[in-house]
Amino acid sequence: MPDQLLFAIEVTLNGLMAGVMYALVALGFVLIFKASGIFNYAQGVMALFAALTLVGLQNGQVPFAHLINAIFGTDVHHFGWHLPAFVAIILTIGVMILLAIIVERYVLKHLVNQEPIILFMATIGLAYFMEGFGDMMWGSEIKKLDVGLPQGISESIDATTYNWFGYGFFIDRLDIVATVIAALLVISLTLFSQYSKQGRALRAVADDHQAALSVGISLRFIWVLVWSIAGFVALVAGIMWGAKSGVQFSLSLIALKALPVLMLGGFTSIPGAIVGGLIIGVGEKLFEFAIGPMIGGATENWFAYVLALLFLVFRPQGLFGEKIIERV
Amino acid sequence: MKDMSEGYTTADGRKIGGTMMEMKNITLRFGGVVAIKDISFDIREGEIRAIIGPNGAGKSSMLNVISGFYIPSEGEVWFHGSKRPQMKPYQVAQQGIARTFQNIALFKGMSTLDNMMTGRMTRMKSSMAQQAMWWGKAQKEESEHREAVEKIIDFLEIQAIRKTPVGRLPYGLQKRVELGRALAAEPKLLLLDEPMAGMNVEEKEDMSRFILDVNDEFGTTIALIEHDMGVVMDLSDRVVVMDYGKKIGDGTPDEVRNNQDVIDAYLGVSHD
Repeated sequence: MPDQLLFAIEVTLNGLMAGVMYALVALGFVLIFKASGIFNYAQGVMALFAALTLVGLQNGQVPFAHLINAIFGTDVHHFGWHLPAFVAIILTIGVMILLAIIVERYVLKHLVNQEPIILFMATIGLAYFMEGFGDMMWGSEIKKLDVGLPQGISESIDATTYNWFGYGFFIDRLDIVATVIAALLVISLTLFSQYSKQGRALRAVADDHQAALSVGISLRFIWVLVWSIAGFVALVAGIMWGAKSGVQFSLSLIALKALPVLMLGGFTSIPGAIVGGLIIGVGEKLFEFAIGPMIGGATENWFAYVLALLFLVFRPQGLFGEKIIERV
Repeated sequence: MKDMSEGYTTADGRKIGGTMMEMKNITLRFGGVVAIKDISFDIREGEIRAIIGPNGAGKSSMLNVISGFYIPSEGEVWFHGSKRPQMKPYQVAQQGIARTFQNIALFKGMSTLDNMMTGRMTRMKSSMAQQAMWWGKAQKEESEHREAVEKIIDFLEIQAIRKTPVGRLPYGLQKRVELGRALAAEPKLLLLDEPMAGMNVEEKEDMSRFILDVNDEFGTTIALIEHDMGVVMDLSDRVVVMDYGKKIGDGTPDEVRNNQDVIDAYLGVSHD
């Protein structure tokens, strides 16, 4: 096989895996949008917050250390322990559930039956609050996240492909792990929503609030549930992105990359989020590879948005979104 | 009016029991508008109770008060002999009161079966962890509930549309599925908001038959709102008549039919 083609295949594979990472973020948006019609602007910040909390707990950081030291004149920074990764992850899940309860209790509950734009504004406020709160709690310096995920080039794939084609594929092991985890996540979410009582309640609420109330479903419980699941998905995304590029403020901006993914996949479809993520991931890598050199490169920055724009013009409901039928 | 406080026997020989639900001096205001004005009536175990009245009389508002969607401005709701504290609609549903809506509120994207399974929600007891892990109780429970739902599907003769997303069904069948979802909860009290609105004669006959059969076979107490006078008179044991938020009549169909206020409200009267 010619090297050009092999290189293109390698680029495609890498694009698929980058796409999985986008899909992970988009998934959080879809979950909340489906169940409550809220576009949760804070989803990216939730991923940042989850990653910060995870690192902080793992390294035994004292929360609000700066604040405590400033007020009491003390000099505490660390508890002096180091938690195993899985304990820290479970504790972080607890924190995200707590966050969901707080959001429901102090924000959503008071905005029932409001216009979507008002709820959207509320999530913008929530995003900025959490950003500042995360900073205050855990400090703003860039942190290294290490939960023991494998990283670096996968030598076995490199060696195997070299033996077959005389050309070694470069695949990051972290990307492989991310793909497996994302697949498991999507499968379990789908099973949960299709076959469990709470999953059915969740779909019911997404479909019709009034009818859901009439069969005895508590909207408040469902909202806490949905935000908890979204918090969990944010944690998974935060771990993956954090392991890849460190835990830092820019993590919250990956949410922006999820937007074109949602335009493609549709805001209401979980498979859509996955396929949308994959298309964007592969699309931007291949475009950079094939067209990039001709127009001066750096196409990855804007390709996704242009693609999303085209979709908005020609297929506004996305690939898998519910068809928009106007009845007159 | 006859005294019926200790229950009574209907013309067709069914035994009606004691008071199940009692509305005491209910008033409902929206801002300055008075939707319901000082209305009291009761619903007895096992009876079919109709609420009728011209458009805008406050019938649906009354049903919404019973099902907890509206909170009355004044007055009390008594259920099974005790005063009901202020409740959310889902809590009312958990007490065994199921309802349908005037403008069909189904889960349109879900299948008939799934819609009816949500009706079992209040009866499912397994915990969330068990559900998530698909442990022992959850699995057994699911199949038991499935069985109960299948019985209702047979009862309503909707086997053929079991897997169809309800959004694609014709209007009459959607109404039937909505009734099915309410029945799936095995309610003590079933509230039907215009179960026959917009139906053709044949569909109305089917629906009437189902309502009578539900009452007869399951002993479910039913309160319904209906416009079609013929249907109401055939179906119901006792009728409350509302007009402009006030109660203008209460009694058996025959008593109501001969009530001058009711005749005036329906046929109009000259105000000179």
